[in-house]
Amino acid sequence: MLIAYPLVFAALLFCVGIYGVLSRRNAVVVLMSVELMLASVTVNLVTFNQLVAERSDVLLTGQVFALFVLAVGAAEVGVALAIILLLYRNRASVNIDDADLMKY
Amino acid sequence: MWFVRNAWLIPALPAVAAGLIFALGRRLPGRGALLGIGVIGLSFVVALGVAVQVFSANVEAVAQVEEAHGEVSAAEGGEEQHAVEDDQAVTESEEEAAIPEGVHSFLYDEGVDLTGTGADWSFQAGIRIDGLAAMMFLLVTFVSLMVQIYSTGYMHGDPRYTYFFGLLSLFTASMLLLVIANNIMLMLVGWELVGICSFLLIGFWWEEKVNSSASIKAFITTKLGDVGLVVGVITLWGMFRTFRIEAILEAVEAGEFSQSLLTFALIALFVGAIGKSAQFPLHTWLPDAMAGPTPVSALIHAATMVTAGVFMIARLYPAFEASPTALAVIAIIGAITLVMAGLLALVQDDVKRVLAYSTVSQLGYMVAALAFSYTAGIFHLFTHGFFKALLFLGSGSLIHAVHSNNMSDMGGLRKAMPTTFATFVVGSAALAALPPLAGFWSKDEVLAGALESGGYTGNLVWILGTLGGFLTAFYMTRVLWLVFGGEYRGHGEPHESPRSMAWPLIALAVPAFFIGFINLPFGFAHPVGFAAWTAFDLAYFEEQGAVFVVWLAALATVLALVAVALGTLLYRKAPAPDDDPMLNMGWATRVLDRKYYLDLLYSDAIVRTVIRTKLANASYWFNDHVLDRVVYLVGVGTARLGRATYEIGDQKGIDGGINGLGLSALWLGAKLRLAQSGNVQLYAGAMFAGITVLAVAFAVS
Amino acid sequence: MWENAAISLTVFLPLIGAGIIMLIPKRNEDAAKPVALLISLGGFLLALGILGSYYLVDRPAGDLAFEVNIAWIPAIGARYHVGIDGISLPLFALSYLLTFLCSVYAFHHIEEPGKPKAFLSLMLLLQTGMAGCFIAFDLILFFVFWELVLVPMYFMIGVWGGPRREYAAVKFFLYTLFGSVFMLVAFLALYFAAPEPTFDIQRLMAFGQEGAFSRTFQLAAFAGVGIGFAIKVPMWPFHTWLPDAHTEAPTIGSVLLAGVLLKMGTYGFVRIALPILPEGAVFWAPLIAVLAVIAIIYGALCCLAQTDLKRLIAFSSVGHMGFVMLGIATLTPVGINAAIFGMIAHGVITGMLFFVVGSVKDRYHTRAIAEIGGGLLQTLPRMGVVFTFVAIASLGLPGLAGFWGEVFALLAAFSPAESLAPWQTLYRVLMVFGAIGTVLTAGYFLWMLQRVNMGQAPERWKDEGLQDITVIEWGAWTPLLVMTLALGLLPLLVFGITDPDVTRILAAFGS
Repeated sequence: MLIAYPLVFAALLFCVGIYGVLSRRNAVVVLMSVELMLASVTVNLVTFNQLVAERSDVLLTGQVFALFVLAVGAAEVGVALAIILLLYRNRASVNIDDADLMKY
Repeated sequence: MWFVRNAWLIPALPAVAAGLIFALGRRLPGRGALLGIGVIGLSFVVALGVAVQVFSANVEAVAQVEEAHGEVSAAEGGEEQHAVEDDQAVTESEEEAAIPEGVHSFLYDEGVDLTGTGADWSFQAGIRIDGLAAMMFLLVTFVSLMVQIYSTGYMHGDPRYTYFFGLLSLFTASMLLLVIANNIMLMLVGWELVGICSFLLIGFWWEEKVNSSASIKAFITTKLGDVGLVVGVITLWGMFRTFRIEAILEAVEAGEFSQSLLTFALIALFVGAIGKSAQFPLHTWLPDAMAGPTPVSALIHAATMVTAGVFMIARLYPAFEASPTALAVIAIIGAITLVMAGLLALVQDDVKRVLAYSTVSQLGYMVAALAFSYTAGIFHLFTHGFFKALLFLGSGSLIHAVHSNNMSDMGGLRKAMPTTFATFVVGSAALAALPPLAGFWSKDEVLAGALESGGYTGNLVWILGTLGGFLTAFYMTRVLWLVFGGEYRGHGEPHESPRSMAWPLIALAVPAFFIGFINLPFGFAHPVGFAAWTAFDLAYFEEQGAVFVVWLAALATVLALVAVALGTLLYRKAPAPDDDPMLNMGWATRVLDRKYYLDLLYSDAIVRTVIRTKLANASYWFNDHVLDRVVYLVGVGTARLGRATYEIGDQKGIDGGINGLGLSALWLGAKLRLAQSGNVQLYAGAMFAGITVLAVAFAVS
Repeated sequence: MWENAAISLTVFLPLIGAGIIMLIPKRNEDAAKPVALLISLGGFLLALGILGSYYLVDRPAGDLAFEVNIAWIPAIGARYHVGIDGISLPLFALSYLLTFLCSVYAFHHIEEPGKPKAFLSLMLLLQTGMAGCFIAFDLILFFVFWELVLVPMYFMIGVWGGPRREYAAVKFFLYTLFGSVFMLVAFLALYFAAPEPTFDIQRLMAFGQEGAFSRTFQLAAFAGVGIGFAIKVPMWPFHTWLPDAHTEAPTIGSVLLAGVLLKMGTYGFVRIALPILPEGAVFWAPLIAVLAVIAIIYGALCCLAQTDLKRLIAFSSVGHMGFVMLGIATLTPVGINAAIFGMIAHGVITGMLFFVVGSVKDRYHTRAIAEIGGGLLQTLPRMGVVFTFVAIASLGLPGLAGFWGEVFALLAAFSPAESLAPWQTLYRVLMVFGAIGTVLTAGYFLWMLQRVNMGQAPERWKDEGLQDITVIEWGAWTPLLVMTLALGLLPLLVFGITDPDVTRILAAFGS
């Protein structure tokens, strides 16, 4: 199997995610972009597992990790949405530029 | 030997008394005075007992030596081998080999370790009783007893009466500790204790700044000398690894040491003596020390404190003898001191200052004498103690009567104060070395000793000493006339002092008159007199034969009489300061107007006196404007240096550096926090940039 | 039983006491004073018991008394190894005496803002730290106690201190911490460099004396340990935290700081730096000696410039600790004995001086010498007499405690250890300068007495009705005054205890 395809796909996906995180102001969109990056990493995990699948002791490790990442990602989204919700309640906006309490 | 074994009581009793007086204070009978006097009286009794036992033992030892001498000279014909007599104490000289085995001068040396280690640096609370110590006990306890009795009158009504007696007891105890010590460390302890007591006593009336300044000056000046003492003690320890005097002297005798190191140690010790015994150039504190109550001056000048330096040299005399350089230094310093101080005494108006300078001068005699003759030095110390105490107490009696220290406020007191007058005359005559009073015999011994030794220093000392004798007689005559002659110039009615003050004067006048006879410088008196009593080494004693140079004694006496006559001539009328020849530069003209009274010899003497007056004024000026100024400038300069060190070096330099470190961290933080924009995406961007850089670096490597 | 439990009981009693005091309800806060008094008295009596049984029980030379050695943190090989020998015993007992007297003094006065509960529990915590330092025979244990001391002292200065208290407290804390970083690194280095990794001081000492550490290592390790200790002493030029801390600290804080805390530094030199790293000691000793003598002269000069009474006393500590360091730097038994004597004497005398100055300030509400304006002997005669006595003791009068440490330190400098023979001349010159330092010391103390004690009191103080020494103050001070006299008259009280162990640890230097 040509391993380059999924890797290139993951890299593109990651770049889209980065672009979204850096350029968008809407917190929900930023969150979605983060999820894209997460997904790209998950793809990588599965891909690399295939690369080393000959070794019996790592038979399905990548896939198992991918499942873990999906679960953690779901939980993360829950927390993040809760934060965004609180932010919206307090500021009546989901623009992340408004959340600058940590600014000096 | 009960007294000798229990000689530790002599310093212990006054020390305990001092403690009791400080602790219980006014509740004691006589507000502490009775306790102090009673205890010092007891000490005096013990000291007498010790003296009798030690002196008789020494005389007996001398007698045995004499006897042996007789046998040896009788057996000179036969060739006798004295191989067995190769005692360790007996050294090479054949003459000394004549001292029979087992006969030595009295020495009792016992103590207990005070450090509890037994190491080579441990020292004892130990006593060393020999002729010298016994002599000092007698002097110190007797003078202190007289001073304390006297003080009950003099200090009557003072608010700190009790405290005064406590201090007197402590002062005496410290001096006695210094005397009794069997090791140089304990001696150092007594030495410094004496210093602090003098500080407290000189500044006794501390309400006046003059007094407290004088006390500080006294303490610091002597403490400066003490640096020498400490260095000397440590060097001696470093050379011989012991503090015990006996062990040090034995080691010196054995001769296993570095000569230059010994000379260094001894000169350092002598620097201590220069400070304590007010020798040139550290003598300036002594006249200022007159700020203390007069009984204190008497105690300081006669028995304690200033004699400590002389005593210390005498105590380590065999060591000093081993270093001719050190002895030469001692002789020269002593000679300079005795003349310089004598000149200074000429132009004083304050009666206590005249006496103070005379003390400095007499101390110069003692120190110079020690360069040639052990006996002469300590004999002069002994006699001087009595008559100087007498003079100071007498001056205190005068001050008590007229409420002023100045002779210009006195005059004509002979009738009003007969006892003081009579005793003061005795004291002055003794100080002026008129025969047959005490001072004559001791000063003659000093001069004759110097003459005998000859050499550069010997000649210097006897010539300057003779001149100094002339000065002494002159200024004491001046004092006598100014105080007792003429008309009363002060305020109020002067009256004789109470009995408590008069009796000590009489009790001191007796020894001031007669004490000289205990060391008549004639052959028959020698083996039973003072020299035998205080001999520390029989071989040495044998060498120090009786010295009496008739022409020198006659010369000194004639000079003294001339000085008395001259003084009488000039001061018979007890002139006021305006007319005082010593205080007026133009007096020579007026005296020359009355040339009837003066023949050629006198005018010659007067010319010389003019020079001397000028010289004295010049040296007094030097004293006040150069030496004292230097002390002052050093003090001010040190304070300035201190301020500069503190403000520039410490606060700005070192502390500034430390603070700078802290401030720079703050500054850096202020700059860095600007990066904290609060924009999440900026952070994320920075993070990605960083990761990219890392990834590239990783890929490349 | 007593042998095993004595030290732990004594050291941790104050810690327990601090806990008990914290439990006292806030509304009757004054109850903290008697409780603290009882606990510190208990600690003091236990310490006396240890002192007594140390005298009575014979033990083989070189053995520690009351030794306990059990595993503590096995992972890093740290052990709970405690014990007492002649070097630590006097300091150990002194710390208990001073804390006890401080808790007596607390009845008289605690600075603003009061709060006896907090203050006294901090004081007891401090006591555990101080005492622990002197009995720890494991480097990690030592370090823990060493750092434990910082915290209560920081709060004492920072909360109960004078106007510039925050500055002083932070400076004290940071400076000391800065030093202990080096110390800790050096401790770890020792652990790894030893033939068998260990933190045990006794075993490290044995390695050190056998020459198990290389010369280069010793030089570096000594420098590391030395900086930590030197800041605590404090040695010139690391002393600048001291005047600030002392000036601002409350009276009790100053007493304990001067009385015990400074000694932890010098004790560290004697207990750890010298015996474990003999070659390092020989290399650095001349430098230490030079710095010590600079401190003597320099401290005295700075004292001459002071206008603040408490700051003057603080600077005098610099000079006095200079004598202690000079004694240590000679590497001879006599020098180290003198140093330990000097530590005890300084603790007693300077502690007492801070008590008196604190009480004077408490009455006059100023520390400025010019404001007091002299005449203390008139306004407060008894206080004046005590002040004179202590000042004279501090300037090193023989017959009082201050003398022996100074004179024997100078004596030791005349002939330093054989391994320092190339530096002999330097040491002798230093001895002369040290002796001159005693004159300067006398000078500033007497000048201070003249300006504070003597002369006519200014009118405004005369009618103020200032109170002379109170009963409580007498109670807190009398033991120190008696000790000043007793140690001066009988130096064997300290030398007798210290000498055997000092000689033992110095075997490596040959003298």
